[in-house]
Amino acid sequence: MAEQTQPYPTHWKRPPVLLTNPIWRKVILLGGLIYLVLAIQTVEVDWQRVYLGLERGWRFVQGFLVPDFTSRWNDIYAGLMESLTMTVTSTVAGILISVPIGIGAARNLAPAPLYLACRAIITLSRSFQEIIIAILLVAMFGFGPLAGFLTLTFATIGFLSKLLAEEIEDCDLSQIEAVRATGASWWQVVNYAVQPQVMPRLVGLSLYRLDINFRESAVIGIVGAGGIGATLNTAIDRYEYDSAGAVLIIIIAIVLVVEYSSSYVRRWVQ
Amino acid sequence: MTNQTSNAHPLWQFRTPKQTLLRWTGWFWLVALTVMCWQLMNENTIWAFVSDAPDQAADIGGRMFPPAWGYINNLWEPLWDTINIATLGTLLGIMFAIPVAFLAATNTTPSTRFVRPVALLVIVASRSINSLIWALLLVAIIGPGLLAGIVAIGLRSIGFIAKLLYEAIEEIDEKQVEAVRATGASGAQVIDYAVVPQILPAFWGISVFRWDINIRESTILGLVGAGGLGIQLNASLSTLAWNQVAMIFIVILGTVVISEWVSAKVREAVL
Amino acid sequence: MLKLDKLSKTYKTGDKALHNASFEVPAGQVVGLIGPSGAGKSTLIRCINRLVEPTRGSITLGTTELTGLNRRELRRERRRIGMIFQEYALVERLTVMENVLSGRLGYVSAWRSCFRKFSPDDITLAFSLLDRVGLAEHYNKRADALSGGQRQRVGIARALEQNPELLLVDEPTASLDPKTSRQIMRLIRTACQECNLPAIINIHDVMLAQQFADRIIGLRAGEVVFDGAPDSLTDRVLTTIYGDEDWTQLRGENSSQSASPETPAVDLVEAL
Repeated sequence: MAEQTQPYPTHWKRPPVLLTNPIWRKVILLGGLIYLVLAIQTVEVDWQRVYLGLERGWRFVQGFLVPDFTSRWNDIYAGLMESLTMTVTSTVAGILISVPIGIGAARNLAPAPLYLACRAIITLSRSFQEIIIAILLVAMFGFGPLAGFLTLTFATIGFLSKLLAEEIEDCDLSQIEAVRATGASWWQVVNYAVQPQVMPRLVGLSLYRLDINFRESAVIGIVGAGGIGATLNTAIDRYEYDSAGAVLIIIIAIVLVVEYSSSYVRRWVQ
Repeated sequence: MTNQTSNAHPLWQFRTPKQTLLRWTGWFWLVALTVMCWQLMNENTIWAFVSDAPDQAADIGGRMFPPAWGYINNLWEPLWDTINIATLGTLLGIMFAIPVAFLAATNTTPSTRFVRPVALLVIVASRSINSLIWALLLVAIIGPGLLAGIVAIGLRSIGFIAKLLYEAIEEIDEKQVEAVRATGASGAQVIDYAVVPQILPAFWGISVFRWDINIRESTILGLVGAGGLGIQLNASLSTLAWNQVAMIFIVILGTVVISEWVSAKVREAVL
Repeated sequence: MLKLDKLSKTYKTGDKALHNASFEVPAGQVVGLIGPSGAGKSTLIRCINRLVEPTRGSITLGTTELTGLNRRELRRERRRIGMIFQEYALVERLTVMENVLSGRLGYVSAWRSCFRKFSPDDITLAFSLLDRVGLAEHYNKRADALSGGQRQRVGIARALEQNPELLLVDEPTASLDPKTSRQIMRLIRTACQECNLPAIINIHDVMLAQQFADRIIGLRAGEVVFDGAPDSLTDRVLTTIYGDEDWTQLRGENSSQSASPETPAVDLVEAL
């Protein structure tokens, strides 16, 4: 063959993996570069302020390493109780409401108008940050953990229902059809064909949401919806960095505990 | 056998009595816990406010409509700031998350006894603290402004990205790694040729996913002074200008819809 | 060329995977390693380039003792040993060319390999090897777009790209159909003949081992129980290695293979 007398090439360049169209590639790369330059330019940094602030930052790190649990303990305890109670109640309420809405948002189980309505609720819940919902609910219901409870419940619904609906839609269709073919009612189909497939993931997601809700409950206090966030905000405003450090450590510790025990519970449920 | 009665059918039970008892006990305690938390939570709730809530809602709703359409001219720059906070913050987070992920994965960490726990601790600390709290801290330390927001988003993103990334690293096919190692490649080359190609799709997916979440979180960082739309939101809320607030909500909603579309498209292309 | 002296591997669980394996392999000799599952064949192969750390014994490649080397020196010595794997072990998301070129990683700095800047000689060699294994047009395809047999050929090209002094082959035909298996074994054998490469091929198919190897080493429970020419594999020897079995079945298949155009005897003669 002629190829054997021809010498082999001495150079090779790797073909591009993403964006194989060369024009698009150049456009996007160039666009990205321009964006970066523009974006960084608009970030005005008062370096002097930053430098001064580093001293405060160091005091904060010290406060974190040597935290003070005692001087503000009453406030911390109250805030913590609010956060924990909010987390538990809102997760439970959220799960209870998410299950019907999740079922209603599954295309293979729900009739069209119900499906649309449930999907609308889910989209509404997911589009807005918890804080924004908290602000509105505080304006309506007043300060305190009740507003926080409602916020987290609403956020839980958006989270769990969507994932539950997706899980139901991913269900093995043949199992559903088999149970339906025995003449089972709609409820029985759900109970015997859908629930066993979906249950493990639902448990896992609920535990995950418990974790998220606790972390959120530590934040919405900043806008008055109760919880340990308010305590933290006050501590920082008063420059009491050791108390602030204590609050942060408590938050991290509880998140760790929740995460650890959730893997335990998940295994126990399997 | 002669002493077997004719109606001695084998009994099928879904669960043994002991299991049933355990389950009922479990549910009971769960309900008890919830009720106790509910009561504790509402110790200081002023129920008068609660019954007043629908009226409040109607009042606010009425004041929100029509939204202050003209206000959008004040929102373009904060919107640009918000997008920058999210994007630059995500980039910052990615830069730090990559080494942390490699240090946390059991198959790439240099030391499972010393380095890995530290990396895992970094991840947990970053994940446990919401970006708004990070922003709160940073505004107190380095002052209000975009930098606080960017660093806050970055710090929160490190934990999220590193956790998902190290899980992806631990799931790679070790045979491909072994083969590259057998050619005499150095550690860096093994990572470059055998690990990175396997985790690259996951990496893009995780990064874009986090960018999308960060856009949402960046919109409210301004409430504590870290720049972006949140500053306008704070201003409008303090003056109870609900129609402006409504406008801001609309802008946020639009941004979130677009960023989610972009994120879904990129993740589709990558998988 | 390669000298193993009392090579042993005992795992932490107490499992004695390899015990006092000793033999020498001169240049150009193709050794077929046979034995039942769990006999230690894979362990033996992996101990030679220290992918598995031997507990005792020594391995000498040429004049270099491999067992005492530190990490950096080991990497340098591994360049001299090419390895072909059971499930091809190609990096699936990389192109065929990158997989072949990864054989030269030991010779190229991390910075240059990151940008895929290999020397012109490396690239020419890669192209010629791909042509040799019959995959010249596939060089820019992703590795997972190829069939099993094609992937194994890329694996062979990768090992040969190292210009190795020893070839270690771990069950190259385990996942391949009979015809492709023979093509692969033929390819490995001719490559060894052309480059005067010694090779140790771990293979479970005794017939293939007999056909394509110059020498057979049989392992059982971690110990070498047979070391000799392929045609001295009598029933008794096979029983020593594998345990009692109706070996006439194997003989029967062997004779039916002789009726096929490519007879084993002719292959060996051609190879010599």
